[in-house]
Amino acid sequence: MARRAAPEINAGSMADIAFLLLIFFLVTTTMDVDTGLTRKLPPPIEDEIENPPEVKERNVFQVLVNANNDLLVEGEPILVTQLREAAKEFIIGDPTFTDASMPEGKPTDIPLLGRIMVSKQIVSLQNDRGTSYDMYIKVQNELVGAYNEVREEFAQRKFGKSIQQLETGAEDSELFEQQLSAVKKVYPQRISEAEPKNVGE
Amino acid sequence: MSKFKKKKSGDIPAVNTAALPDIVFMLLFFFMVTTVMREVTLKVKVVTPQATEVNKLERKSLVSYIYIGEPTEQLQAQFGTADRIQLNDAFATKKDIIPFVEGEREQTDPAEVPLMTFSIKADMEAEMGIVTDVKQELRKANALKINYSTKKTDKIVD
Repeated sequence: MARRAAPEINAGSMADIAFLLLIFFLVTTTMDVDTGLTRKLPPPIEDEIENPPEVKERNVFQVLVNANNDLLVEGEPILVTQLREAAKEFIIGDPTFTDASMPEGKPTDIPLLGRIMVSKQIVSLQNDRGTSYDMYIKVQNELVGAYNEVREEFAQRKFGKSIQQLETGAEDSELFEQQLSAVKKVYPQRISEAEPKNVGE
Repeated sequence: MSKFKKKKSGDIPAVNTAALPDIVFMLLFFFMVTTVMREVTLKVKVVTPQATEVNKLERKSLVSYIYIGEPTEQLQAQFGTADRIQLNDAFATKKDIIPFVEGEREQTDPAEVPLMTFSIKADMEAEMGIVTDVKQELRKANALKINYSTKKTDKIVD
């Protein structure tokens, strides 16, 4: 008997095996990108500051959320959907800075824009320990959204570009970077979060 | 003439499927590479809220997650329905957050520590009390870059 040639391996079922694996990975794959609201926490304080800097009432946009998820803005109960407009109005303020109910102005030197009056606005957010996380995120979202919209309008008016254009261009162009930082200096995002109250429990 | 005769007598040739396994393998590798297996088993129920002003989280290796929510149904008999914090694979209390932050920092390249983000994945029905406790602990640990995990939506409702 002569030596037989090695029999060829039947590769016909290879496709089936590959299909099986393919379907497994197809089913288990989740292509979700993680998204969220990025915030910066204030640095820790060792001791209570004895004389906290006084902030005038007219410069503060007060937002209170209670344990029943009700919103009180500047003493008026409003809905979350109305918060953005109210916050925008406050952030933009009065162009002459004379209206006593709107924040004061402070002359500031800003590159590209020169010495201009910048509003001393601060948004103060206080919630209760019983407030739902969903409501908290909605309020945060509306406040951030208000700042974003104000900045967007300003960038369009002054530089004729959108914030997104400035952000994408900032890496390559120094002018874009300066314009972006100027917009941020005119409308700095000041959201101050007070320690939550505990009345709802 | 015999040449032509031969052609006439032939049936429709079968489609060559020899390349089929190659195509399937190619797809297989694509999905194998893109698949991310979930690295932690969730012990708490988390349905993140929706927001419009969201950013994408970049550099996933620099992101650590803190889960907050009520225990899943199977674990409710044992742990109750009060909101809990989950770090890695286990339930934790707020005291565990500082060691957790330090542990995560040790695993990261020292040059990249300032870029680390702590993402809070809290359930939309969780109460702010526990979320605030977590935030205060993060402040104490000097982990100031945080992210509230939310889904993107076009419009929020009351």
